[in-house]
Amino acid sequence: MPNLIAKSALAAHAPVTLAGTTLEEAHVGQITSISVFPGMLAEVAAKLGAFPAPNAVKGNLIWTGPEQAFLMGQAPDLAGLAATTDQTGGWAALRLTGPKAADTLMRLYPLDLRATHFPPGTCARSPLGHMQSILIREADSFLILVFRSMARTAWHEIEAALHALDARAAAGV
Amino acid sequence: MRIAGKGLIDRSEPVTFTFDGTRHHGFKGDTLASALLANGVRLVGRSFKYHRPRGILTAGPEEPNAMVEVLDNGSQTPNTRATVQEIYEGMAAQSQNRWPSLRFDVMAVNDLAAPFLGAGFYYKTFMWPRAFWEGLYEPLIRRAAGLGTLKPHHEPASYEKAFAFCDLLVIGSGPAGLMAALTAAQNGADVILAEQDSVLGGRLVAEANALGADWLTATLAELKSLPNVRLMPRTTVVGAYDQGTYAALERVGLHLPNQPHLPRECFWRIVASQAILATGALERPIAFSNNDRPGIMLASAAQTYLNRFGVSPGDKVTLFATNDHARTVARQLIAAGVKVVAILDSRSEASSVEDCPVYLNAAITDTAGRRSLTQITGHHAGGDFLIETDCLLMSGGWNPLVNLACHQNARPAWREDIAAFVPQPGMVPGLSAAGSANGAFSTHAALFEGRTTALAALTAMGKPAQAPDLPQAEDAPYRVQALWQVPGKGRAWLDFANDVTVKDVRQSAQEGYSSVEHMKRYTTQGMAPDQGKNSSVGALAVLADATGRGIPETGTTTFRAPFTPVSIGALGAGGQGAGFAPQRYMTSDQASRDRGAPMIEAGLWYRPSYFPKPGETTWRQSCDREVLMVRSAVGVADVSTLGKIDIQGKDAARFLDFVYTNTFSSLPVGRVRYGLMLREDGFVMDDGTTARLGENHYLMTTTTAAAGQVMRHLDFIHQAYCPDFQVRFISVTESWAQFAVAGPLSKMLLNSLLDERLADFPFMSCGEVTVEGVKARLFRISFSGEEGYEIAVPTAYGEALFRDLLAKAETLDGGAYGMEALNVMRIEKGFITHAEIHGRVTAFDIGMAKMVAAKKDCIGKASATRPGLNGPEREQLVGLRCDAAIGAGAHLFTPGDKVERVNDQGYVTSVCYSPTLGTNLALAFLKDGRARHGQRIRLVDHMRKTDVICEVTDPVFLDPEGAKLRA
Repeated sequence: MPNLIAKSALAAHAPVTLAGTTLEEAHVGQITSISVFPGMLAEVAAKLGAFPAPNAVKGNLIWTGPEQAFLMGQAPDLAGLAATTDQTGGWAALRLTGPKAADTLMRLYPLDLRATHFPPGTCARSPLGHMQSILIREADSFLILVFRSMARTAWHEIEAALHALDARAAAGV
Repeated sequence: MRIAGKGLIDRSEPVTFTFDGTRHHGFKGDTLASALLANGVRLVGRSFKYHRPRGILTAGPEEPNAMVEVLDNGSQTPNTRATVQEIYEGMAAQSQNRWPSLRFDVMAVNDLAAPFLGAGFYYKTFMWPRAFWEGLYEPLIRRAAGLGTLKPHHEPASYEKAFAFCDLLVIGSGPAGLMAALTAAQNGADVILAEQDSVLGGRLVAEANALGADWLTATLAELKSLPNVRLMPRTTVVGAYDQGTYAALERVGLHLPNQPHLPRECFWRIVASQAILATGALERPIAFSNNDRPGIMLASAAQTYLNRFGVSPGDKVTLFATNDHARTVARQLIAAGVKVVAILDSRSEASSVEDCPVYLNAAITDTAGRRSLTQITGHHAGGDFLIETDCLLMSGGWNPLVNLACHQNARPAWREDIAAFVPQPGMVPGLSAAGSANGAFSTHAALFEGRTTALAALTAMGKPAQAPDLPQAEDAPYRVQALWQVPGKGRAWLDFANDVTVKDVRQSAQEGYSSVEHMKRYTTQGMAPDQGKNSSVGALAVLADATGRGIPETGTTTFRAPFTPVSIGALGAGGQGAGFAPQRYMTSDQASRDRGAPMIEAGLWYRPSYFPKPGETTWRQSCDREVLMVRSAVGVADVSTLGKIDIQGKDAARFLDFVYTNTFSSLPVGRVRYGLMLREDGFVMDDGTTARLGENHYLMTTTTAAAGQVMRHLDFIHQAYCPDFQVRFISVTESWAQFAVAGPLSKMLLNSLLDERLADFPFMSCGEVTVEGVKARLFRISFSGEEGYEIAVPTAYGEALFRDLLAKAETLDGGAYGMEALNVMRIEKGFITHAEIHGRVTAFDIGMAKMVAAKKDCIGKASATRPGLNGPEREQLVGLRCDAAIGAGAHLFTPGDKVERVNDQGYVTSVCYSPTLGTNLALAFLKDGRARHGQRIRLVDHMRKTDVICEVTDPVFLDPEGAKLRA
């Protein structure tokens, strides 16, 4: 067992609820990037059981780029088929749940997050303000992955958008 | 004056506000303009150039005169249109562009000098002497002419930016817009209905016409009930951009007292598959002598004040009109009990049957009344007239609001029958005009066109389309006879906002500025905040007349976004102060701050500058101690910000050989090599170490500054030049927290934490270790010249490892060191950073020409051999030693030469005081520098007033054999 103390990126941030919508740090466990070598997609998909199409989530696999996916967990042996890289520590995860979640994120993402256009199981690599991020729509919430070093800025920007929506609701505008 | 029983204001909610310090009362639903009129305030502003007294001309966002400053909790919003601004309890507004007061304005002296101050006056008069323009004339003129003022402090209020998407964007909520929205919504389309006003309904609200309030109420209720409809009041669509993208500005909290977190405005970017332009039309003024007095207003504005706000525009009202629509206004005023003195109709063939005198073939030749209109004079078919009146309503016809349709540079078409420009189909792909905006002025025509365009939009989107029934509505013809100018002695205003008269436009034509675009620039017509909404068509008609061309041949000027002014605060929402860019924090951030380290910005990162100990009062004291600490014991620094790229694949080695100047395929597993990377133009791009973790697995390190650039570079090379290589790479910069452990006791410190003592681990090796039970990567590399290691752990453990390393280092008389000490030590060793490889140096310049392998090709190799990139004429990296303190940026001269640009021999890139060597050191680029070691050179720094002699040396000042780092 490690004796070093592990600390998450947003350990100091308690969940915030504004406009009925909650922002909290998510703990997503191990993340392994899988970059398929040229021509190996079918074999990789066979080993993993599937490989997500662009902008899609398939089981515990999240599409993150051309022939690249993040596996939320430990990868099987893909030697010669794909490059696998541990990305666990590199990302901070934030979860936004509630009726104003899509409205909040549509202040920061240039994306059409209407449920008809971005349903659960959809993901995108898209800028969150000036940060690059991975956005995933879960059954009842959004999961946002940002570079760990920028986690505080991401939290601040989402919280500011929530504050604005909360103030709008209070003022009826 | 308020009229009992009229208007849609909420009389149960009185609102108190001040204008120029005077308390007034209005009601909820009032604009500042309607409330001022209700309180009998006529004079609301001074004109831009001549400081003429001005009143309220319109009832909408096109207002050119009634611009005020709104003061709110330390913020001051200038150029607020009183016709748009809603009043709220406690609101304070003040007039602008006047001194000392609105009623008595000293600068009104300009008006007396008007004969000299016409268009072009400034350009002609203040040309000489040339240098005086910028320093003297322009500031003076700017002070005399102008708008509101800005307060020189940060905006305390918050703003917002947002995105929205829909199938159909309907711009404007008059009968055309409502019918379009209803049609699309009933057929299941996602609809956004944007309306610049605070209430929806457009002319249905203003005109109180036969369609009645019931249809409006029922339609709005239906739209509100539909989940696929988003109503956006107070939202002005300001620009039409590519691929169905529209910019819009929403006034979120401007009608409320300032409150925390409530945005004042929101800048929207709306993406729509289809859009309908239902922006209506603007009534145009008529140019006659002295047509700018307070009390002269547009007929449609008076109609709005009457029907929507229950305000009478005057006690004795006169109308001057060119069309039938104005008759409705007169009838409604009379019905409400307002005295209409006369209707002056410019046409000779029009009905003269009204409940007031009607004069045909009428023309106003002058008006009187300094601060408020008192009388008008002129002539009509039956002779001359002089009428005592305090309010003159003018109606010169209607201009469809075509602006958005023209934002992609297509021009509107002239329609002679309505004497107006209308949009043509396809000017903005996916945008269709309906109703008044399309020149269809009756209510029935607006409803019909709204439905038709919505059905066409649905069809274009491939959606089924059922047509709803239209309500019964008036379909009266709009009979207009254009009247652009009435001959008369005085000045006839075209552009109220920028003080441009008929005479100015004629003079422009006389002086050869006969193109409409030249006329605009010569006279400044259309350049004010209203962007010519009230004046452009009138001005170009006068120009057409003066140049003997027709209106369509004369053409319009360019319509540009934004349609109405957009505050910078809204455009830059969220970007104020630290919001400008993301902030990146290392895992050691809190531990460094806990030790009092001042943080400096390195790109987006925050890194500790130095770690002050008690008693140290300057950064130099801390820095010198930290350097000597590392050189004598051990130091720890967080180096996680350096870029780390994981590279895998059977062609990884081949790929790196192509990217780096030197060879990496020959690097044994478990070893690290320093590499140099060139841009395609042959200049140095970046440097760093790359470790071979496995046969087909490398880990590249980049500088902090170039991490993103190098990643992009690799992607480009792979995709453009060798897409067939089996190689994959991904950034792992953020996956690992990495710490430099340097100094003679570095191995002892590591061994106190590693789970297994380090066996033989020579310089430039790498391997896996476990530290306190956590798998880590260890590299033996050195940026300090001492025996040095870098240890990397998964980021979650970063803070813990940093604090544990520091605790044990302190026991060994070591500790943390910051960026200052790091910099001093690398200068002592002659190691380069981006201060040296700044984009204009070659491998030859930095003495690394031999690192460009002869046996293989690499990016930039061919370009680097170009003439002029190698040889004695190049400025080459050297070291400088000096007894005096010196600064980076200084230039070098051969002693005895005159200090002139032509004699420049080079420049200094990095400097430090070396506590190890007890002298000042610098790295510099010097012409033919490698041949000049041992010579003396003159260093001149005009900024810091330094002029000293230095000794030129090899850039490696300390331990040139590297005995210490191999220890």
